[in-house]
Amino acid sequence: MTLFRDIKGTVQPFWITLRTMLRKPVTVQYPEEQRPPAERARARMILTRDPDGGERCVACHLCSAACPVDCISMQAAEAPDGRRYAAWFRINFARCIFCGLCAEACPTLAIQMSPEFAFCKDDPLDLVYEKQDLLVDHGGKNRDYNFYRHAGIGVVNPRGGNDDEYGPVDVKSNLP
Amino acid sequence: MTEGLITLALILAKLLLILGVLLSAAAYLVLMERKLLGRMQMRYGPNRAGPGGMFQPLADVIKLITKEDFIPPQGDRAIFFLAPGLAALTALLAFAVVPFAPPVNLFGRELPMVVCDLNIGVLYFLGLSSLAVYGVALGGWASNSKYALLGGIRSLAQLLSYELAMGLALIPVVLMARSFSLTDIVLAQQGLPFALLNPLAFVVFMISTAAECKRLPFDLPEAENELVAGFHTEYSGLRFGLFFVGEYINLIILGSMVTVFFLGGWHGPFLPPIVWFMLKVLAVAFFFIWTRATLPRLRYDQLMHFGWKVLIPLSLLNVLVTGAVLLWLKG
Ligand code: SF4
Ligand code: SF4
Repeated sequence: MTLFRDIKGTVQPFWITLRTMLRKPVTVQYPEEQRPPAERARARMILTRDPDGGERCVACHLCSAACPVDCISMQAAEAPDGRRYAAWFRINFARCIFCGLCAEACPTLAIQMSPEFAFCKDDPLDLVYEKQDLLVDHGGKNRDYNFYRHAGIGVVNPRGGNDDEYGPVDVKSNLP
Repeated sequence: MTEGLITLALILAKLLLILGVLLSAAAYLVLMERKLLGRMQMRYGPNRAGPGGMFQPLADVIKLITKEDFIPPQGDRAIFFLAPGLAALTALLAFAVVPFAPPVNLFGRELPMVVCDLNIGVLYFLGLSSLAVYGVALGGWASNSKYALLGGIRSLAQLLSYELAMGLALIPVVLMARSFSLTDIVLAQQGLPFALLNPLAFVVFMISTAAECKRLPFDLPEAENELVAGFHTEYSGLRFGLFFVGEYINLIILGSMVTVFFLGGWHGPFLPPIVWFMLKVLAVAFFFIWTRATLPRLRYDQLMHFGWKVLIPLSLLNVLVTGAVLLWLKG
């Protein structure tokens, strides 16, 4: 009986919508009622620090190269001990598409995504974040990682002195 | 002389009152629809502007006024300006024959609670609802855009087909009331509303009413995601708003028509007649909103099939049966 089925299929939904009308809405009333996003939520980028409080970024430009919209730029500089850092570091959030590719590319876990998502501005220029705006005083999602304890030139330990690091290769010994 | 003046003043006051009530009712119907739809989808609907979203209609109007008003340069300007007005005006005019309460005594004179008690009110209403088709047709044509034109033709075909079913569903009512005047029709429902006496005509009329004011499941003129909006594709700003408001005025008008023809008009126990009338119109409006939240849109061929192959034969049959029964009862 398709006719009977059709009529039932037309009438039954009315009951369902009527019943739903008397239920309490599940809407979150956003500006008054804010649900903190999960810690792993991925929104605005931050520059994190290693456990000793030093900057993690080694100004390798990998994030800048990975960025599909080219919104990261920086200037590399070198400290007396040979450690590289970013003299300035700039992200234009007016262009950022929050794809997270920079965070994927970063070898030192310096650039990470933070859960902060509500930072709209009236002027696009206010969305250009400089290094001091980006730097935070914690390690982000991994508080223990310290790049120079695993690799890198002899900043923390002498060259090749880290536990899981090989010594420098004598390139001449590789000659055929 | 003063007699005439007073009559004139009373008529004017009535007109202004009806216009004001109708327009604000249309605006708040939009709010009611959005709120109810929200609740049926487990959200709140507009609740930002004013307490409980009370000023939302005002905010909507401001938004519509300040939007960019685009006029297609190749279009027919005069008709492009005229069409939305036509849509809203025909809807407003139809209310002239709706009796919303029994006559009241004011200053010792009988004041009918209807702008104009035409003795061919049913015909006037049907004529005006056919005129409303022009707003759609001209709007689609004057935009000089293929999408608007095709959408206009599509809506036109829909409106015409369902107009037929609507007219045919009214014939049993006229037969039963033995009058074309809406007041007489209401008076004839003193005992039982026609919805109970002739449920088939009621159902057919409700369905074709939904199609006439382009409500879901027949809102193909508004199927913007699958069919392009239709006749008002090129309209923006206030002109679009006029189409929009026209649609809601139409909803009120057709709701009052359903009330007058089938739900017994102002008749009802305990409450004053005008309250009963408003309650019934609101109930019809609620039903349409409820339907909108419930049923999916019909496909265009289904819509046409349903109109021509189901509704029209059914209402023709109903005319026949009602006529026969009435003859038999009399004979
Ligand atoms: S999230 Fe994507 S777009 Fe934004 S800075 Fe990183 S790489 Fe560039
Ligand atoms: S943030 Fe990471 S990837 Fe970008 S320059 Fe600094 S260390 Fe390299």
